[in-house]
Amino acid sequence: MIVQVNEQAVETTTGITILDLLKQLDITTRHIAVEVNLNIVPFEDHDDTILHDGDRLEVVTLVGGG
Amino acid sequence: MGTVVVNDLDVGTKEDSPLKIGPFELNSRLIVGSGRYENATMMRQALDLSGSDCITVAIRRERLHDAYGDNLLDHIDSDQTILLPNTAGCYSAKDAIRVAHLGREILRALGNPGADWVKLECLGDSRTLLPDPISTLEATTQLVADGFHVLCYTTDDPVTARRLKQAGAAAVMPAGSPIGSGQGILNPNNIRIILEYLKNEDPEYPVIVDAGIGTASDAAQAMELGADGVLLNTAIAHARQPLVMATAMRHATLAGRQAFLAGRIPKRLYAAASSPMEGVIATHPFPRNETK
Repeated sequence: MIVQVNEQAVETTTGITILDLLKQLDITTRHIAVEVNLNIVPFEDHDDTILHDGDRLEVVTLVGGG
Repeated sequence: MGTVVVNDLDVGTKEDSPLKIGPFELNSRLIVGSGRYENATMMRQALDLSGSDCITVAIRRERLHDAYGDNLLDHIDSDQTILLPNTAGCYSAKDAIRVAHLGREILRALGNPGADWVKLECLGDSRTLLPDPISTLEATTQLVADGFHVLCYTTDDPVTARRLKQAGAAAVMPAGSPIGSGQGILNPNNIRIILEYLKNEDPEYPVIVDAGIGTASDAAQAMELGADGVLLNTAIAHARQPLVMATAMRHATLAGRQAFLAGRIPKRLYAAASSPMEGVIATHPFPRNETK
């Protein structure tokens, strides 16, 4: 199946969880927030939230800013 | 937390209270940004030298294909620092609210106390980076309802500042001049009026001069006017020597605050001699027409 992550198409396995998708993308840091279809999924739920074909994810982190 | 002793060896230093914003108490009245540094080491050293215990950060998409294994938080001690997430770059209330919630989630996962506050920026124009007052007000109202302590970046317009306070902003942060412009405080009278309006019958209400600071005297001026704090980024990050400027800003903020607490002398048109006239050895060249 294909999901959109930060507006890029990502091919992944059907029924993958957020946590496993992040691993697939080599994102291992806790310093992120994840939105699925505009709803924030708390980090505690990343390991049991199953993604679906066409889901749109945003994965954001902190950067330097004023 | 009690009072802050700036330098306990110096009996001339007036004891100061911490800067209180909502439930937060900051020992330093200088808040610094973490953007635009040449490299992470420079940033870390500058932030340390600034003496600030609160650092602003931005929220951006994680890079997927060029991950370099280096995160901002590898260079900031988030156990010792209160992070203040901003909504920089947002041009609508909707985007700013969304980014504020994402920031809250990141900081919550980190266990940083900054999870429940936000520096709200709702921009209205990309050249001047001036805020849109209407979407700023709209976002403030919503974020306050969502349980945020909202620190509002705004212009130096006293009417807008008052509306933001009425909407529940935890602090109002008028710009001295446009972001990153280094022009200093263009309209100190507006800052004075904001301070007067917002602190009327509420002297503890925090007003922070945010943006436009170019050099140390600008930070000192903001504090001398009676601002509760100064927020700046580029003035340090883009100084020829950021570490020296970070130190200068720390001293300037303290100096300005101490001068405010000490109370400046009124300005007067004519001179007032510092040395006594009595016993002076001098003939007077002009008729004595001065008043005492």
